[in-house]
Amino acid sequence: MDLSLSTRSEGDRTVVEVGGEIDVYTAPRLREQLVDLVADGKYHLIVDMERVDFLDSTGLGVLVGGLKRVRAHDGSLRLVCTQERILKIFRITGLTKVFPIHSSIDEAVGAAE
Amino acid sequence: MRESGKVTVPTVELRFTALPAHVRTARLVATAVARRCGLGEAVLDEVRLAVGEACSRAVHLHRRYCPERPVLVTLVDDDSTFRVAVADEAPALDEPEGDLGDLAAVADLDGEAVPPGVSLAVISGLVDDISVEPGRDGGVVVRMSWSTSG
Repeated sequence: MDLSLSTRSEGDRTVVEVGGEIDVYTAPRLREQLVDLVADGKYHLIVDMERVDFLDSTGLGVLVGGLKRVRAHDGSLRLVCTQERILKIFRITGLTKVFPIHSSIDEAVGAAE
Repeated sequence: MRESGKVTVPTVELRFTALPAHVRTARLVATAVARRCGLGEAVLDEVRLAVGEACSRAVHLHRRYCPERPVLVTLVDDDSTFRVAVADEAPALDEPEGDLGDLAAVADLDGEAVPPGVSLAVISGLVDDISVEPGRDGGVVVRMSWSTSG
């Protein structure tokens, strides 16, 4: 399955809904989306990964890059993910300590910065 | 490994140009062969991710050092083990795996990919039986295997 991307506002947060496969082929599109959002002044991002079927280390690198970009503007990047197979790669790489990971959009929106 | 006389016969061999789009093809083929070997769904997820990481790593290195050379994936179903070998021909490099907790520090803000060593570290976290050996044509061979005997 290819990558699908859509964005919407939730208060002062911007939700990026990602679906499909984030890999070496599709990750550049996600990177471009995150770069564009930051360039538009969107510094508080929530990446909804509930419809992601596959994530590899290239995708992780893009998310880390996004996190660095928003932090440069005192922003935040939160993830929404409950899928065990996706969470596993965050655990293996130690990135559960880097990204706040939430079980729902509401929880991520409600998290204090 | 299944043998025909003294020649090892791979179940499926896949040779592809080092393009990111073909990594997905390699994942699909590896997963299909693994499924035919009788591996369960949870293990298939591991195969999909581990083969994807190994191929992404090889494609990343080939695109940098030898884009004209293909990446070779060999899939073997023997009696009790599913074996995968991903061979690249890139110059041997130091690939410090480091602490993956440091990925946040090493990922390149403007780069296309995380360092190749991260892929190997992810595979090591996924697969119990992994080895990285010098390849015949330069580069390395990443070998992984899963038991199919249940």
